[in-house]
Amino acid sequence: MIAYLFIFLGLVFMFFGTLGIIRFPDIYTRLQASSKCDAAGAVALLIGLMMREGLNSFSLRILIILIFLLLTNPVATHAIARSAAIRGIKPWVKKKNVKGE
Amino acid sequence: MTAATIIITVLGVTASLALYRVIFGPTSWDRLIAVNLISSKVIMIMVAAAVFFERRIYLDVALVYAIIGFVSIIAISKFLEGEDR
Repeated sequence: MIAYLFIFLGLVFMFFGTLGIIRFPDIYTRLQASSKCDAAGAVALLIGLMMREGLNSFSLRILIILIFLLLTNPVATHAIARSAAIRGIKPWVKKKNVKGE
Repeated sequence: MTAATIIITVLGVTASLALYRVIFGPTSWDRLIAVNLISSKVIMIMVAAAVFFERRIYLDVALVYAIIGFVSIIAISKFLEGEDR
């Protein structure tokens, strides 16, 4: 039953990551939401699936996929952010209220 | 409603929601972020199908899909970076 708890946690992380992709205003903020969704959601869901499968060779293969995702997702996120920063994309700032300042 | 149906339905619906950012994204990097997210979700769907439906070959397909997705994301981001190097 604890396997389904991990799977539910992974699905919740996936849903909120997608919500961040749709609602956030800028490239860098969207990248932050996407990175958390990839890392935490994928790791929780794969750990849940490994617990449901039990200890055998297929569970070891799922562990190899998990380690690969955990190594490559931050690298891909960093590559996208570096590419956008080199091309001069400015980070989003909130507009100042002229009357209040 | 079994557990496999719920998991695959939730992952598919969230991947379809991320497709909005692929179509209407203002810049190319937004589209790249959303494609990365959809690729990760497809890997999750393949692993869930391999565990719940007893199709063990999907694990190998998921691993190869992860490798090709990572290489393509790195290549496209280096391509968008500019013409110098």
